Amino acid sequence: MADEIKKLSSQLAQDPDSLVFLRLGELLRHKGQLDAAHRVAVTGLERHPHLADAHDLYARILTDKHDYERAFDEWDITLRIAPTHVGALKGLAFLYFKVGDVEQAAAHLEAAQRAAPDDSSIAQALALARGGHVPQETPGSPPATAPVEEPLPAAAQPLEEARVFAGLEGADEGLLLLDASGRVLGGALKNAQGQDVSDAVAAYLAGVSQEAARTSKLLALGKWTGVAAEGRTGHVHLTAPTGDALLLVVRDRAVPMGRLAIIAQRAAGAARRWLEAHG
Amino acid sequence: MTATASYGRALDLITRVSGVRGAMLVSAEDGIVVAEQLMEGIKGPAVAALAASLATRLLRAMEAAGVGASLFWHLQAEQGALLVVPTPNGILVVAVAEPDVNVGLVRLELLRAAEVVG
Repeated sequence: MADEIKKLSSQLAQDPDSLVFLRLGELLRHKGQLDAAHRVAVTGLERHPHLADAHDLYARILTDKHDYERAFDEWDITLRIAPTHVGALKGLAFLYFKVGDVEQAAAHLEAAQRAAPDDSSIAQALALARGGHVPQETPGSPPATAPVEEPLPAAAQPLEEARVFAGLEGADEGLLLLDASGRVLGGALKNAQGQDVSDAVAAYLAGVSQEAARTSKLLALGKWTGVAAEGRTGHVHLTAPTGDALLLVVRDRAVPMGRLAIIAQRAAGAARRWLEAHG
Repeated sequence: MTATASYGRALDLITRVSGVRGAMLVSAEDGIVVAEQLMEGIKGPAVAALAASLATRLLRAMEAAGVGASLFWHLQAEQGALLVVPTPNGILVVAVAEPDVNVGLVRLELLRAAEVVG
């Protein structure tokens, strides 16, 4: 295994865009070199932010590191990219088991079984799940360990009265709530130099919600749920917490786009509550 | 290779992905369709105009936010998606897709198509 790690490391050094990081990260994980595996996965994700297998790898490493909330998010992202990704379905099933949500675990295993009917390990895990036992080991996932006491994922923190995004990550520099005319309602955005750019950004986004709705209608796509955009040095995610308001999340490129969607979902919940209270 | 042939090749790359309902090349500046391979019923010119307008707003907002020009963006909706890659020469490579499409794969093909378009 050490030779293969050396060989793959060398290949990756020669071609940083290569997908060998997937195999290398997995080998390092199996060897228990979790910090090295973590670095390999994160670097790979920066280069391949939409690769489902990369998010799956990262989730497995996070699970090994007992960072279950982020692992949950990463598998959730994996399924947003590839809705029938077997590894992610099994991984989520594993996490649901750990918090005692047998119903959700079984539902995810059933979805995995539909996607990979020949995978006998899924049937085995499903049988165990229905019997109320935690699977000993889900292929591709770490062995079951002590049950997790805290629920996954963590819900948004309670709001302070006056601050819409209080308690949320990036509340004062990467989350912005605006109305349809581009007026800032809450949150703030700062650029890399620390300057507040909230008003300028909000002004450019005036009318985006209506245009997104018109585009969706024209294409018969139903209600629009978000706009995710990848920039040269960062990612943004837009969503409409209510019909009139628009929420923008901005993070640097190290944060995968799918994770932004999750942050946006949580922030949108906070925004809706705040708008109801202050509307 | 003529421009028409290269445009056709670029669109072929995208529409061969399972779950893609159509693809277009759109002038980012004025929202006019440059080339298209769309399923029947999709109003190309109107979609192109809206895509170009959204692209302009996003570009300006992202530059103001300090994250640079957009390399890829994705309008997500309940029953599908619009996926867009802007090219350096002012063309938007656009895909219209089903909700369960593999976004990563479409993004990859959009980027390849953007290279073909130049």
